Amino acid sequence: MRFEYKVEGGDFTQAGYAASQVKKSLKQLGVDSSVIKRVVVALYEAEVNIVAHAYRGVIYADIESSGIKLKLVDEGPGIPDITRAMTKGFSTASPAVREMGFGAGMGLPNISENADSLLIETEVGKGTTLNIEIRF
Amino acid sequence: MKVKDIAQKMNLKVYSCEDALDNIVTGGYSSDLLSDVMGHSKEGQLWITLQTHKNIIGVASLRDLSAIILVKGFTPDLETIKLSESENIPILGSDLDAFELCGELYQLLK
Repeated sequence: MRFEYKVEGGDFTQAGYAASQVKKSLKQLGVDSSVIKRVVVALYEAEVNIVAHAYRGVIYADIESSGIKLKLVDEGPGIPDITRAMTKGFSTASPAVREMGFGAGMGLPNISENADSLLIETEVGKGTTLNIEIRF
Repeated sequence: MKVKDIAQKMNLKVYSCEDALDNIVTGGYSSDLLSDVMGHSKEGQLWITLQTHKNIIGVASLRDLSAIILVKGFTPDLETIKLSESENIPILGSDLDAFELCGELYQLLK
């Protein structure tokens, strides 16, 4: 089962849509609720990262019998220093984004804590791709 | 305890979603950082915050929280109210600040 969602940079009104849709599908499939929670956290954070930092992106969610593979491909500024970006509390979010309660430097750490595997490919000036896997 | 019991005992305003006041409350979580709530709140908790935009409903719904309490007299945006009705997440409010509200709530729930 494959889902695809487009995400526009800066459009917080739609942030969380993909996470909400995937959650509904996993519930219908009877996936364990503790696993669903981990998927939801990881996907929501990754989705918000595209909205907060990139120009646009596409989310691919592949649900298989053994788990879920999420691939989030964005066109954006890229991440110059992944180690810093993974540090709790480090953020490059704008003041406006922070005022909304986003950009607290918890997104990537939250993804990492909830995923069974996380692979980040990034090129400064071009964009970032996140590959997240969570097993059922 | 249900959301409506807490609303009554703490004299909270109900801004939306009266239909979901029977949601069961398992505890509380106080934070204004959405990623913090996303990563650390637990199912059934009440979320105490001063954020009023519609993304709070997204987070509360994804985490299956029982309700949101806005502090210091903050009121929800119109869009937030609309979304709360469709997601069945009641929004309540108080004039107390987060510290005072959490103190009272803790006494009720402990």
